[in-house]
Amino acid sequence: MSARKNILGRLRRAPVGDPAPLPELAAWRASRPPIADAASALALFRANIEAAHAEVHDTTAQDWPALLARLAAAKGVHTLLFGPTSLHGAQLAASKPAGVQLVPYDRPVEKWRDQLFDEIDASITGAVSAIADTGSLILWPDANEPRLMSLVPAIHFVLLDAQRIHIDLHAAMSAEAWATRMPTNALVISGPSKTADIQQTLAYGAHGPRELIVLLRHANGGQP
Amino acid sequence: MSQPVHFHAAADFADRSLAAVNDAGLRRNFRSAMDYLQTKRRAQFTDDGELELLRDLGQAIRRHALANLPDLLEQLEARLTANGVVVHWAETPAAANAVVLEIAARTDAKRFVKGKSMVSEEVGLNHALEAAGIEALETDMGEYIVQLAGEAPSHIIMPAIHKTRQQIGELFAARLPGVAYTENVDALISIGREVLRRKFAEADIGISGVNFAVAETGTLFLVENEGNGRMCTTVPRIHIAITGIEKVVAKLEHVAALNSLLPRSATGQAVETYQNFITGPRQADELDGPDEVHLILLDNGRSQAYADLQLRATLQCIRCGACMNHCPVYARIGGHAYGTTYPGPIGAIISPHLLGLDAAYPLVFASTLCHACVEVCPVRIPITDILIRLRNEAQARPGSADATLRGSGAGRKTLVSTIWRAWSLVYSRLRLYRLTSWFMSRGRALSPIEQGAWTRSRTPLVPAPKRLRDLIKERGK
Ligand code: SF4
Repeated sequence: MSARKNILGRLRRAPVGDPAPLPELAAWRASRPPIADAASALALFRANIEAAHAEVHDTTAQDWPALLARLAAAKGVHTLLFGPTSLHGAQLAASKPAGVQLVPYDRPVEKWRDQLFDEIDASITGAVSAIADTGSLILWPDANEPRLMSLVPAIHFVLLDAQRIHIDLHAAMSAEAWATRMPTNALVISGPSKTADIQQTLAYGAHGPRELIVLLRHANGGQP
Repeated sequence: MSQPVHFHAAADFADRSLAAVNDAGLRRNFRSAMDYLQTKRRAQFTDDGELELLRDLGQAIRRHALANLPDLLEQLEARLTANGVVVHWAETPAAANAVVLEIAARTDAKRFVKGKSMVSEEVGLNHALEAAGIEALETDMGEYIVQLAGEAPSHIIMPAIHKTRQQIGELFAARLPGVAYTENVDALISIGREVLRRKFAEADIGISGVNFAVAETGTLFLVENEGNGRMCTTVPRIHIAITGIEKVVAKLEHVAALNSLLPRSATGQAVETYQNFITGPRQADELDGPDEVHLILLDNGRSQAYADLQLRATLQCIRCGACMNHCPVYARIGGHAYGTTYPGPIGAIISPHLLGLDAAYPLVFASTLCHACVEVCPVRIPITDILIRLRNEAQARPGSADATLRGSGAGRKTLVSTIWRAWSLVYSRLRLYRLTSWFMSRGRALSPIEQGAWTRSRTPLVPAPKRLRDLIKERGK
């Protein structure tokens, strides 16, 4: 405990400088108004996340399981990890997609770590919302859809509601009141895993997913 | 005090710099990397108004955090503790390493995976772990490459920036069993991915740094592109984060503002692939995530910078690396020549506090004071003012009011300080000044041709045949 006392003691003994009030974010926020119409917000999100090497597919609340099955088959996915206790997980299981084996994430990772790392081709999770400005998906992993689902499998499918697009991270945090209810882990994902560590040459699929595929679920059954 | 193992005495700085500037390959690697990073950053900030607004905000957030540092650290500790994270305080590198070793001993952990953490480099954690017979594997591709080569990072954001793909291909072929030479970057990354994937699955403890620690919510914020950081903080049973005491911010929303500066300033990307907010260990109903999360708060000289209102600004740093990416000295000598964990302008102003000015003072002279670093710094640290202050500290008379830091006065040379004392004597007395300048211009033929380092690449300094005052007088006639 003495290191703590010594460090805090030194900091408290230091001179007090000019007053530094709590920073005013108003000017910055005023320069970043929400995008007026949903279609433009969506278009910006889409352009940015596609520029980051993600795929985006339009779908509906009814059709996405079939789309997922088609995409999975086209990509040679045999095993697809899903969260059986999430709403969309249940919908997916009920749809009994052909040609792909659904693997539920239903026990602690210790019980099946090797299988998770070696035998799962792809995963599907939901997204809380998305960010237009940077082309990012917001995920709050939980007991229904644990953290490693968006990290270990080489292909990550994400189901996103098309109307849940914020202009930037700050707008998302405020609208969703993050500060009052932080989960144990919150993630903002902006494309497949990548690195430029070798001679500034961009390569995808460093340690996380090689492919990030967004299933954009539009309301009222329509296309955009 | 214990020095990190890879720390090279700053006394050899001149030799290392000379070797570096004469290494054509190294010069080429750094030049092209700097050009690449500068161009990418510029493309991110096309709107000057937005950039300046953000820099004002970034500076205000960091200054607010520092002005309230002890309170915010206590709040952070309280929130983290409530969230189930164990907080440790360490005054020295040795103390920080001891915390990690204790956790390893208690849990019988033998295999570590590490995400990129400059603070763990600062404390020499890998060496301490190896000495205890523990494997500590770097998992960031760049860090993995330099670890495999037995080197230290040469840049705080891009550790293997000094190597070409050919050099990395040769390294992999030589050091990894069954791997043939390739210079295809995708193939090299795939090799790294396969080797490290098993290591993540088998690791007992994951180590990471922290980009910002949020006092309001007790959240550790980490950014990265590769996913190795998330692996290290999610797969092993225990996650230990280590960071400097200055990395705290008051509010969660401050992270959003600062992170609209960090990646754009650092690598010229709009955003990192992964922004990871960690606010606690695995809960009873969760199926993955670490059972234990620890945070080590390291001082290691930071409180010395804090105690001085001018030098305190050093701690505003968000470690983006933009200052080194734009530094004409760094571009020419590279990161290793500095011999310190943090190279470039930020290295020159923070290292004197971490290592003592006696060990680090040559670095504060390794600047042209061109101001490029000040122009790009996203939190407006007055780097050149601080460099000048540290130069004065380095040359102050020990025990005088100007010598306030550990190791102040270590750069003082009798000849130099005598010359400057005489100079100030002459320049503060008018008659003496007139007399001296008269003698100097008349005796200009006696000026030495050899003037040390000055004449190595310049013509000798010789007083003018006529003083300015004489010229003015003539004109007036
Ligand atoms: S001193 Fe400024 S430019 Fe340099 S790393 Fe720190 S924040 Fe970035």
